[in-house]
Amino acid sequence: MKLTLWTYEGPTHVGAMRVATAMKGLHYVLHAPQGDTYADLLFTMIERRNHRPPVTYTTFQARDLGGDTANLFKDAAREAYARFKPQAMIVGASCTAELIQDDPGGLAQALGLPIPVIPLDLPSYQRKENFGADETFLQIVRTLAKPVARTDSITCNLLGATGLGFRHRDDVTEVTRLLALMGIAVNVCAPFGASPDDITRMGAAHFNVLLYPETGEAAARYLEKTCGQPFTKVVPIGVGATRDFLHEVSGLTGVSAKVDETGLRLPWWSASVDSTYLTGKRVFLFGDATHVIAAARIAATEIGFEVVGLGCYNREYARPMRAAAKAHGLEALITDDYLEVEAEIERLAPELILGTQMERHIGKRLGIPCAVISAPVHVQDFPARYSPQMGFEGANVIFDSWIHPLVMGLEEHLLTMFREDFEFHDAAGASHHGGKATTRIEAEPVEASGGDIFEQKNDTGAAGDLAWAPDAERELKKIPFFVRGKARRNTEKYAAERGVTAISIDTLYEAKAHYAR
Amino acid sequence: MSLDLPANLPERGCRDTPVLKQRGQREVFCGLTGIIWLHRKMQDAFFLVVGSRTCAHLLQAAAGVMIFAEPRFGTAILEEKDLAGLADANVELDREVARLLARRPDIRQLFLVGSCPSEVIKLDLARAAERLNGQHSPHVRVYNYSGSGIETTFTQGEDACLAAMVPSLPATDKRELLIVGALPDVVEDQALSLLKSLGIPVTRTLPAHRHSELPAVGPHTVFALVQPFLGDTHAALTRRGARHIPAPFPFGEEGTTAWLRAVANEFGIPRDHFEAVTAAPRARALKAIAAAATTLSGKSVFFFPDSQLEIPLARFLTRECGMTAIEVGTPYLQTGIVGPDLDMLAEGPTISEGQDVDLQLDRARAARPDLTVCGLGLANPLEAEGLSTKWAIELVFTPVHFYEQAGDLAALFARPLRRKAILHAPPTPIPSPQGGGAAPSPRVGEGWGGGASASAGGQP
Repeated sequence: MKLTLWTYEGPTHVGAMRVATAMKGLHYVLHAPQGDTYADLLFTMIERRNHRPPVTYTTFQARDLGGDTANLFKDAAREAYARFKPQAMIVGASCTAELIQDDPGGLAQALGLPIPVIPLDLPSYQRKENFGADETFLQIVRTLAKPVARTDSITCNLLGATGLGFRHRDDVTEVTRLLALMGIAVNVCAPFGASPDDITRMGAAHFNVLLYPETGEAAARYLEKTCGQPFTKVVPIGVGATRDFLHEVSGLTGVSAKVDETGLRLPWWSASVDSTYLTGKRVFLFGDATHVIAAARIAATEIGFEVVGLGCYNREYARPMRAAAKAHGLEALITDDYLEVEAEIERLAPELILGTQMERHIGKRLGIPCAVISAPVHVQDFPARYSPQMGFEGANVIFDSWIHPLVMGLEEHLLTMFREDFEFHDAAGASHHGGKATTRIEAEPVEASGGDIFEQKNDTGAAGDLAWAPDAERELKKIPFFVRGKARRNTEKYAAERGVTAISIDTLYEAKAHYAR
Repeated sequence: MSLDLPANLPERGCRDTPVLKQRGQREVFCGLTGIIWLHRKMQDAFFLVVGSRTCAHLLQAAAGVMIFAEPRFGTAILEEKDLAGLADANVELDREVARLLARRPDIRQLFLVGSCPSEVIKLDLARAAERLNGQHSPHVRVYNYSGSGIETTFTQGEDACLAAMVPSLPATDKRELLIVGALPDVVEDQALSLLKSLGIPVTRTLPAHRHSELPAVGPHTVFALVQPFLGDTHAALTRRGARHIPAPFPFGEEGTTAWLRAVANEFGIPRDHFEAVTAAPRARALKAIAAAATTLSGKSVFFFPDSQLEIPLARFLTRECGMTAIEVGTPYLQTGIVGPDLDMLAEGPTISEGQDVDLQLDRARAARPDLTVCGLGLANPLEAEGLSTKWAIELVFTPVHFYEQAGDLAALFARPLRRKAILHAPPTPIPSPQGGGAAPSPRVGEGWGGGASASAGGQP
């Protein structure tokens, strides 16, 4: 038993729903109690889909448990087939139905429906949403995809894009365009937009592009084995990764990797002098492993940030995550407990967070700007405009969306020069965010977090025997809020190491010089 | 009784209308959802769901964006070893509760909330609550109830929660009025102020903001419900000797007046005093409703089952806003509680209880109502089919009771229709910045003191 306040991933059957909803002509019959239909609104509200997810729930209630829930399932499956006439059906159980052990797979087979019926075995009490999606896609591919003759021209499949994915809609478009620049067409994109009939054609592609390992790797490995299709390992997020991806595709196909980069703006936007202020800004990254690994590379080598911490919530990808962290000289934080992530961010006091919606919220509480780079998704992650993460346009989008939350260029200098200004002080936030500048109140601002679990924690660090002289304390407050915690901790660490118990202004500046980079 | 109800009752109400009951997929929330408003209402309470990742995900999906900052609820997620019996789930639960209470000394009430998985594995949360009370009283009072989908639908979670509190409420012999049901603070204050002006002696509320403010109950307690879904709480209070004051629910001018009048009659408040106190807010409510009713009048409405508010709301929309009800679906029809509303709702609409969502969608598509009240899972798909919809959940999350909110309640239904009218209005010609050659648009130029020159002098 584990106390959870917020979760990064939903249950496994929601992963299966992401696959079913992304596809066409597939129906999911889910043995589940009343109430599990809440998952529909993830798709209709967050993703603004204009159709109900293709899911029939048995919605059993307590009074059914004594009776025959198995028949309830059979009726639901039979009626779903009659009403929706899908090309194929996936069947499975949610967490509660798993406990009553009705065997939806066996029951559905017994109905003798004239379509492929694919049973899902998704252990709800061990695994989570990404596994559910990955496994569901694998089972669909395993059942429907068989080796077939290759297309005459070079084609590929795009694997792993699902419903409720972080920018999957636009990534698919962008990568399709990118491959078209090389003269390579997409045979099937799946699950996103594919029908069961399309899945049977997957074997015709010459290779597979694995867009999202979290939700497509098992299928990619299966296709490699049974259809002899190699798959790409580089995820094209960022300029460097996109070019590496093109070279990888070139290696698989023999087609030249030289493509038109006219629309690519990130390198010049990053090189232009206005971006100088980005140099060495300390960033913390958290999300799914794929997006974090890619984002860390962009942050360190394409924008010039300093990566001070990174990690992921999906343990399945802990190994590549740790390797990537090591390349940045860091230890990866692998956890699905957002309290741990919050504590780590508090400890590191970064100047920018690149995270999920959870970290965006942590950032709000701690007063640290955040840009979102990964699922779990929020209605804001489905913009009306074209907004990919992958390919060259994706790199442009990333530059804009990461830089936007920061205080910019000369404004930052002005804040440094006139910190004491009663209206233009750092707690007022960046001017381009349109927040109302509040007149500085002389007392230390109190975090408006109400009765939160962290109420008892405060920002005094490892003070212990250390005492701040009043003027040193005042000087500390002149330091911009987003580095103040770090400055306090560094000073206290510096003082403690030297046996200094009374911190003066001099101690503060000696520590600053000591830690200068 | 006849004095308590409005004079213009329909010849035949819906109380005896045969109820359409279908079994099939139910597109409804489970009772856990109530935690979202209950944890804000009870400010020293923590709601600990003992359940699965699905439960945690539901609470996050239904509430996450709104109240991310201050979770006073959480899920103790059952893991494989809890199910296999390797770990004693009770030991695990005690440990998690101890940790939680140590971190949150401000918590005075802890609700152990049962879920579908905890019910199916028969984890005895009543016994656990008893045990934990032994460990943590008197500082913390531990209750338990089930919010599971197999036992509760959406607002029934609040009913189960309040019913769980009733047995341990202190006893009293005083004659007091108890208002039962969670209301937004602003509405509760208005209601209490109205009752005070009427001269009702002592009024208490359940739930209360804090544990220390919980009401006492006894044989001289009379109670009025402000939410129609509180059947179990009604029964629990009756078992404590309290007596229910039946009334229509306080939605709209008419409903509020009938509800107040029922309470006033119970306490023997003179009629002229009642009229004097209610005259001004009644007039305000009528005026505010009239504004929205111009949009709603003559339009048809179709309710999918959601919160059990459907019957009283249909009564309000048909009688005070001029709408026609085609179907009024409700998850459960508690005739004993919504009877007075059923009497006032003129016969005609289909009254349905429970749901087969696909069949109900077929009926809605065939009827093509002007407004469909439904859950979030159905709203966008129906909008895409050209129907106008009102999210039912907003009716539970918005102050809508009593006089001062009557206009807001009507406006909630009018807004989707007004919005559709705006978006579908024929395009207004906009003068070109150059001012030359544009289609004539007299209305745009008027009021600026000079036709063409106005547009010519506009912003480039």
